[in-house]
Amino acid sequence: MILDSKIPEGPLEKKWETYKSKVKLVNPANKRKLEVIVVGTGLAGGAAAASLAELGYKVKTFCYQDSARRAHSIAAQGGINAAKNYKNDGDSVYRLFYDTIKGGDFRAREANVYRLAEVSASIIDQCVAQGVPFARDYGGLLDNRSFGGAQVSRTFYARGQTGQQLLLGAYSAMMRQVGLGNIEQFGRHEMVEVVKIDGKARGIIARNMVTGELEKHFGHAVVLATGGYGNVFFLSTNAMGCNVTAAWKAHKSGAFFGNPCYTQIHPTCIPVSGDYQSKLTLMSESLRNDGRVWVPKKQEDCKKRPQDIAEDDRDYYLERKYPSFGNLAPRDIASRAAKEACDDGRGVGESGLAVYLDFADSIRRLGKSVVEARYGNLFDMYHHITGENPYEVPMRIYPAVHYTMGGLWVDYNLMTTVPGLYAAGECNFSDHGANRLGASALMQGLADGYFVLPYTIGNYLADEIFTKAIDTDHPEFEAAANRAKERIEKLLSINGNQTVDDFHKKLGKIMWDYCGMARTAEGLTKARVMVQELRAEFWKDVKVTGKNDELNPDLEKAMRVADFLELGELMIVDALNRNESCGGHFRTEYQDAGEAKRNDDLFSYVAAWEHKGENTDPVMHREDLKFENIKLQVRSYK
Amino acid sequence: MNWFTKAFTSTLGRKLVMALTGLFLCLFLVVHVSGNFQLFKDDGGFSFNMYSVFMTHNPLIKTVSYLLYATFIIHIIQSLLLTIYNKKARPQGYVKNSPDKNSAWSSRNMGILGTIILVFLVFHMKDFWWEYHNGEMPKAKYVEFVQDGEHKTMTDTLWQSYVEEIKKKMAASGGAYDPKISEYKQVIYKDLYAEVAEEFKEPAIVILYLIAMIALAFHLLHGFQSAWQSLGVNHRKYVPVIKTIGWFFSIAITAGFAAMPLYFFLK
Amino acid sequence: MKFNLKVWRQPNTNTPGKMVDYKIDNVNPDMSFLEMIDVLNEDIIRKGEAPVAFDHDCREGICGMCSMYINGRAHGPLKGTTTCQLMMRNFTDGETIHVEPFRAKAFPVLKDLIVDRTAFDRIQAVGGFVSVNTGQVQDANNLPVEKEKADLAMDAASCIGCGACVAACKNASAMLFVGAKVSQYALLPQGQIERKIRVQKMVAQMDEEGFGACTNTGACSAECPKEISITNIARMNREYLSTSLLED
Repeated sequence: MILDSKIPEGPLEKKWETYKSKVKLVNPANKRKLEVIVVGTGLAGGAAAASLAELGYKVKTFCYQDSARRAHSIAAQGGINAAKNYKNDGDSVYRLFYDTIKGGDFRAREANVYRLAEVSASIIDQCVAQGVPFARDYGGLLDNRSFGGAQVSRTFYARGQTGQQLLLGAYSAMMRQVGLGNIEQFGRHEMVEVVKIDGKARGIIARNMVTGELEKHFGHAVVLATGGYGNVFFLSTNAMGCNVTAAWKAHKSGAFFGNPCYTQIHPTCIPVSGDYQSKLTLMSESLRNDGRVWVPKKQEDCKKRPQDIAEDDRDYYLERKYPSFGNLAPRDIASRAAKEACDDGRGVGESGLAVYLDFADSIRRLGKSVVEARYGNLFDMYHHITGENPYEVPMRIYPAVHYTMGGLWVDYNLMTTVPGLYAAGECNFSDHGANRLGASALMQGLADGYFVLPYTIGNYLADEIFTKAIDTDHPEFEAAANRAKERIEKLLSINGNQTVDDFHKKLGKIMWDYCGMARTAEGLTKARVMVQELRAEFWKDVKVTGKNDELNPDLEKAMRVADFLELGELMIVDALNRNESCGGHFRTEYQDAGEAKRNDDLFSYVAAWEHKGENTDPVMHREDLKFENIKLQVRSYK
Repeated sequence: MNWFTKAFTSTLGRKLVMALTGLFLCLFLVVHVSGNFQLFKDDGGFSFNMYSVFMTHNPLIKTVSYLLYATFIIHIIQSLLLTIYNKKARPQGYVKNSPDKNSAWSSRNMGILGTIILVFLVFHMKDFWWEYHNGEMPKAKYVEFVQDGEHKTMTDTLWQSYVEEIKKKMAASGGAYDPKISEYKQVIYKDLYAEVAEEFKEPAIVILYLIAMIALAFHLLHGFQSAWQSLGVNHRKYVPVIKTIGWFFSIAITAGFAAMPLYFFLK
Repeated sequence: MKFNLKVWRQPNTNTPGKMVDYKIDNVNPDMSFLEMIDVLNEDIIRKGEAPVAFDHDCREGICGMCSMYINGRAHGPLKGTTTCQLMMRNFTDGETIHVEPFRAKAFPVLKDLIVDRTAFDRIQAVGGFVSVNTGQVQDANNLPVEKEKADLAMDAASCIGCGACVAACKNASAMLFVGAKVSQYALLPQGQIERKIRVQKMVAQMDEEGFGACTNTGACSAECPKEISITNIARMNREYLSTSLLED
């Protein structure tokens, strides 16, 4: 199969405009007859559901939480980028596009990223119109800050709760459509199968998490906006419920999985404190605007109290290595530098797996009140969790899994390789290449949901107006429901000795040790076997309590971990295939004195993996990345 | 449902009713306590008794008093209805609950405080209002007359000494002085003052009154500012002022009332 | 640390529940309350019994999914904190801890500590929005907003919809939740067009869901993990009363 990314012809800056003016349209009377299923109701899903319902489609939304308002987009703290150039500091669509491509280590598709930069400004307009209370200056106009390795101030924010406010904006738009009867909302439902009829996605099987019933839902098209798969590592900054199940079922039904090995490790998280730990807490990257990262120069100083270490004995390693970006170096670079320092035996804290993020200089320079105004809530949060006061002692931070750039492969329309099946937001692979810049996830989720899907899905549905709603008694629906039923029955019947979490923790450890911040061919090869063995063991020895026909969190988790156990292997396979280092994928063999060494001749492509059946090697399809507008170069932040 | 009933049957509308009736009752308390301050006047109850006569015979006051009775009844019935309504909102309670950690006792127990006040009110009305209107009251003899076109009332004793004074003036002026007194008559009024003085010699009654005033103080402490909140006053400058006024108001009104039984008991 | 736990167990909405005693030791003071329950659940699962079902998701205090009435208080003893960010160091070693679901008629128990809070969604669906369709808007900076108003709107908008206000209120009233949403839009120019109809509809829906009335005790605000002020309730009262009775 040849992958067709369906990028429109024409110059880069005209592609989206041309596409929009040529896109097939559906007339209003027909829209009412067309049903769209949206799975996942975060920024991408919520925005898509609202926008599609506004257009007149009949929409059904599904989420595993009780309400759409709880999707994990809510946890994004820092902000959202937009090329508004309100600060008159030289920002432009092109510059945002360029920064994003470069930030992604030249592994993203030019046309998609340009479109993202282009619609970014409209996102801000839309959100403000919805009543999102962005930060403002005294003139009443929107405030911006610089964020996550950008040299212009293009980040819009709402205190440290930007994700929350944007999500609640999308949620409010969605609830308006629920109230108007254009959206039917299914909370506490988990998608467990995609239903394909005659090669096209025609619906889903969703498990009602309260009753256990496997419900069949038809749609002329299905949109997956189910987020990332960072929880494959067990510990991540993702919410506890974040999972790959929907995307993985889509993958097993024929949707290719793009670049699964690209995972983002966020540099500023609260370090692990014990093996009971269930998740990692992110401290906003904005802290690096005023905090200075350091470790002791000498190993023997590591157990000393930080205030007892002399200035000359401190290694401000980011400032030393990357003088022009300093503490604001992009995430992948800052994370790897922290790991290097700790691997060098200079990590601090109990575990030695932490570095300092020190505000002493800023407090001296700006005064405590200014620092408090900027970061008060983050400092409080840190204090709550660690019991230490960051106004007095430096914070301890360590990288943690945060975002997955990989995801379902999609073309320019955001359609997967299954016709009628779309993927939006973090769940697709599209815009961030090998590394995502700060404040870009919110931008991409909303861009996909508000401004891309409503056009591109119409292009597909225009040809579906004669398709009548398919009865869910159709054999394909039955077959999909039976697959889910069998899997559930199997899980409940094993009654082994290890809990679901036992397996999840083991998987997480394998992934973190061998497919985390630094990867080697040797380690990955070993890890693949380990994951295979663990998966086999899971299906023999897992203990899942309770029954299907009840609210059963243990069963829910088991179903998700079963899928992670399959995904984990694919990530390893992908990481093993990519014999280069780029962005979030760092192969120790490919480096230039600690810096990632890309191989553009051999690996300037998207690896899209096709599922070939369980315990069969997946097949890789290449989508070559063509850079017509920018020149590939070594990504330097020095 | 028309707009009016819709507004007043919603939870917010019902609170509006509680707030408006409550504030009107607060106004009544001001009138009541300031009028009753005449109990402290050392004139053998003359001022107080005359005030009682005025309050029971003035047509305007009488009309307002019916409004007052209605307000009491609405305030009480609405609170009962709201309590029932609110109980239904949580059919199953908590096994362990620590509301003292998040709210003031008085704010949570307006019903209990209100009930204490209601019990007191029944007793209070029976003792004074009912007695005054229908019961056997001690009598006070007063004299009414017109002097130089001006209507005057005095106690019998005062009248006696006034007569002596006039007589002296007439003697001194050699009969030239004319007091210009006409329409002299003797009247008999109900001596509520004496009734009050007698009642408040009884320790049990004094204690009942003091308990009721403490309950009233707490009821007002929450109720006064709560009423403004229900009315939607949320001004950043004036809300703190309202809270302070509410605090003083509660203390001052109830201290004023409480001073009355104490005064007679200790007198 | 060691604790005696009394946890509400209820198989489903229609079966009555009861408090069940558990003992747990080896609790690390740096654990969150939910991690402590995780550890308890691992033990329970190993015994082959059903673990304690509880709502949780982001575990960083923002999604509003976690609930729990701990020792008689919504989200436990610490001010301005959700259960997921409540660390065990805030409890005394050996203490008995009661854990119950949020209780309200409008929040029926689904299982154990999980309650159904979709009533909030239904309130939001009748008016908690500005009616603008995607794309039909003007440039963001064409609409200046006074900074102070924007900040107040943000205060109100920081509500995470967890329902602690309802749980803590002696009347199970949802006024703080609704008041915060009404306030956010009432404070912003974007919300003015639908100001009247919004508050009317949201209050009507709130009443229909069976939440109690407000007694202005302030418990909601005191237990709110985002410390949202009850002045938002006053603002809603004013919006409601003026649009019901005064405005044309």
